[in-house]
Amino acid sequence: MNPVLEVSGLSQDFGGLRALSDLDLRVNAHEIVALIGPNGAGKTTFFNCVTGIYTPTEGKMCLHDAEGGKTLLNGKKPHHITALGMARTFQNIRLFGNMTVLENVMVGRHCRTHAGIWGALMRDKASRREEQDSIDRSYALLEDLHLQDLWNDLACNLSYGAQRRLEIARALATEPRMLLLDEPAAGMNPQETNELEALVRNIRDTWQISILLIEHDMSMVMSLSDRIYVMEYGSCIATGTPAEVRSNPRVIKAYLGESDA
Amino acid sequence: MRRVIKALLTAVWFMILTFPVMCIKVNSIDNTVNWYPERAFWLGVGVFVMALIWDWCFARKSRGLPVLSLGAIGESMGNALRRLQEQPHYRGGALILLALVMLAMPVVSSIYQTNIMISALLYVMLALGLNIVVGLAGQLVLGYVAFYAVGAYAYGLLHQFFGLGFWVCLPIGGFLAVLFGLVLGFPVLRLRGDYLAIVTLGFGEIVRLALLNWPSLTGGPSGISNIPRPGLFGLEMDINISTIYIYYLVLAAVVLTIIVISRLKNSRVGLALQALREDEIACEAMGIDITRVKLSAFALGSCWAGFAGVIFAAKTTYINPSSFGFMESAMILSMVVLGGMGSIVGVVIAAMILILAPEYLRAFSEYRMLIFGAIMVIMMIFRPQGLVSGERRKYKISALQKKTLEGRS
Amino acid sequence: MDIQFFIELFFGGLTRGSIYALIALGYTLVYGIIELINFAHGEVYMLGAFTALLVAGVLGIYGFPFGGILIVATLAAIVWCAAYGYTLEKVAYKPLRGAPRLSPLISAIGMSIFLQNYVLLAQTSDFVPFPNLLPEMPFLDSIEVLSPSNFLILLVSTLAMVALTVFIRHTRMGKAMRATAQNRKMALLLGINADKIISLTFIIGSSLAALGGVLIASHMQVINYNIGFLAGLKAFTAAVLGGIGSIPGAMVGGLVLGLAESFATGYFSGNYEDILAFGILILILIFRPDGILGKAKVQKV
Repeated sequence: MNPVLEVSGLSQDFGGLRALSDLDLRVNAHEIVALIGPNGAGKTTFFNCVTGIYTPTEGKMCLHDAEGGKTLLNGKKPHHITALGMARTFQNIRLFGNMTVLENVMVGRHCRTHAGIWGALMRDKASRREEQDSIDRSYALLEDLHLQDLWNDLACNLSYGAQRRLEIARALATEPRMLLLDEPAAGMNPQETNELEALVRNIRDTWQISILLIEHDMSMVMSLSDRIYVMEYGSCIATGTPAEVRSNPRVIKAYLGESDA
Repeated sequence: MRRVIKALLTAVWFMILTFPVMCIKVNSIDNTVNWYPERAFWLGVGVFVMALIWDWCFARKSRGLPVLSLGAIGESMGNALRRLQEQPHYRGGALILLALVMLAMPVVSSIYQTNIMISALLYVMLALGLNIVVGLAGQLVLGYVAFYAVGAYAYGLLHQFFGLGFWVCLPIGGFLAVLFGLVLGFPVLRLRGDYLAIVTLGFGEIVRLALLNWPSLTGGPSGISNIPRPGLFGLEMDINISTIYIYYLVLAAVVLTIIVISRLKNSRVGLALQALREDEIACEAMGIDITRVKLSAFALGSCWAGFAGVIFAAKTTYINPSSFGFMESAMILSMVVLGGMGSIVGVVIAAMILILAPEYLRAFSEYRMLIFGAIMVIMMIFRPQGLVSGERRKYKISALQKKTLEGRS
Repeated sequence: MDIQFFIELFFGGLTRGSIYALIALGYTLVYGIIELINFAHGEVYMLGAFTALLVAGVLGIYGFPFGGILIVATLAAIVWCAAYGYTLEKVAYKPLRGAPRLSPLISAIGMSIFLQNYVLLAQTSDFVPFPNLLPEMPFLDSIEVLSPSNFLILLVSTLAMVALTVFIRHTRMGKAMRATAQNRKMALLLGINADKIISLTFIIGSSLAALGGVLIASHMQVINYNIGFLAGLKAFTAAVLGGIGSIPGAMVGGLVLGLAESFATGYFSGNYEDILAFGILILILIFRPDGILGKAKVQKV
């Protein structure tokens, strides 16, 4: 199996608080991996480290490319990491509310396009062509996520489910190799969750993107993921296939609490 | 009825609140006190009416309706604009009409009027420049006038010491302003919205104080005088012709500004600027180098202030630090706020209203700053999107066009 | 070095600094609770000075006993400024709870411009002489470096700060204020009326600013409608210097800024004292935005 994301010995301190301690994690090509654990276990902190928002105290994070080369992510800025092929969504949706749906996705194309200020002012042939290409690709992404009818609406006027999908569309627009989803099913009803599950599978299969997701909906996690990492208090307490994790006593203890009976 | 009582109580409260400042004047030299009880009465009446309107606006706002008083004007203006945009016929006609009026203005009216129009157009330029930074990129800059001062003093000083002319100084002034913009921009990159506002305010004040306290270079409080008006191939011009010439110059500059900014707004860089305004963290996560985008916004915004400064110096032929105080920055900001953050048409209209209204409604001119202040508060509460909102770019989507073509055949 | 001159500058700095501290407390209290830079706070200070001037003028002319004028005028300034602060919050900030972060700031700037021009139009644009209301203090004659007004400012501002500290630490309301500053949602769940606490914060901050206004006006003996702008900015600098949101920070920041200005003016040149203050403000915000006594915050995503 070719790895896409490889993290070893990752620790993150905030003042005296150790939010992540000595975490090892690996996502292989075309794999869907889930990161679960109680609230405050450090899952989102992990995402923030990997995407460059936080600078980890210790540890190594590497992103592998298709040719077998790898890049160290430590110390890289978020935009640089996105350009290397890592995209993410946010737990509390962070869309560009006062921009249209299409424009949101076009912003995602930013790191794959090049027109600068000069091109904007001159509107020469190359930059016009690039822009039209960007518009069409973005629209195609909206079609894939069933958002095409809303393309000219403001993002803030979308329904909750549509906003979640738009965040995914925007992340896909950056042409990632690795997609991080932070609680994509939060606040969705069972039907929407089912659709989301199909969508995530579809993303993996058609775009060949590896996916790492944080999720609390256990039935979705169990049926969707190839492997699961379980976190508690900043460290990884178990890892394996859904079946293995489900029967792991430490996981059961973390989730159900300790009982003497 | 409950509302009326509430408004009455509000009126009484304000009458008491403002009583000392409004109704007493002490002359400590002749030791006399002047009372103005009638002011309290009129204030009470005014507050009563305003409280009723305020309450009503709130009721509408909480039901999600647009607030009529301002909203209706904005809405109808927005609708009219949309209609204009949708029908190229009308749009062309309106544009030609506007162009004719603007072109004919200095010929048919007096020099006095032309001068007022020049300063209004200069403010349009400044407001559009600030609109890049505040409206598009969402970086609240309170010291914008510092860049204006840089442009003006660049021309004044370069002329005084090196005898350079207007056309040479125009690009230099813009360039120096950009340089200042970057000098300010680098250190403030990490600052959050409100801290950024205060730092830029401090920067603006430092520039003004430096101009004031460095008499050997800047002439101190008395400034620089005898700055030449712009020339045209060495032609001799009397003051009237020269004013008209400057008018056309500023008009051209404004048109250029509008073209540049609307192109910028709709470009890849413009989208990045707007994304930065909406959410800095998501913006970075989309692969946008926010350092670069912020610096571009600062550079572009200050560049325009620099140009406007050079033209201002050439127009007045005399500059001193008092033209570049915080109130100037606040005034330009209130144009952006009133017009609608990021809206080009809105900002142009707002700048024209805010400069021309006090000029022509003499009764208002005293109350000008008072009204500017009130506008900023009221707009934020009832119509934060500004007078003109919902200006949206049209996109041509190839897939959709193909579909309609197929549908037709 | 002339030790006499040094001590004079030192006390001058302390005096200035304690006024900055009084105003800075208002910024810090409000920022602590609603994370807003109350840009119009300097204007409240200016209104305090004007109210005191007007009340003192009326009392003086109608023959009120001299000793009581200062006290009555100060009380009037405090009461009216508390009312101004309360009204300011209700009109300009309360409707903007939950709005984007920059909206209340722009509203505050608007309010600041509005209040300045309100006084300008209702009163005058000229500098107005402020009557000398201070009683004679013969016991100070032996200490040449400390003028009566300096002494009074130091005394009153120290008392005010002690009173505020006691209030915040030991009263029910003070505890509710600290709780709200820590976590507004949690405080709400615990039955603290956040609206009331916010109003109270504005009232306290404005009263302190009024006190500062009266003290500085009787020290400088001249006021005008835009003294609030500069004083407000400097007090904000002091608040940031000490760590905005921190009450002892505002006091320390005020004193440090006052002393720095005083020594810079004494040993270098008075022309640059404002530049010094703004320079400190910018440097602090850029390099240590959490101030001397503030705590670093982690950005939430």
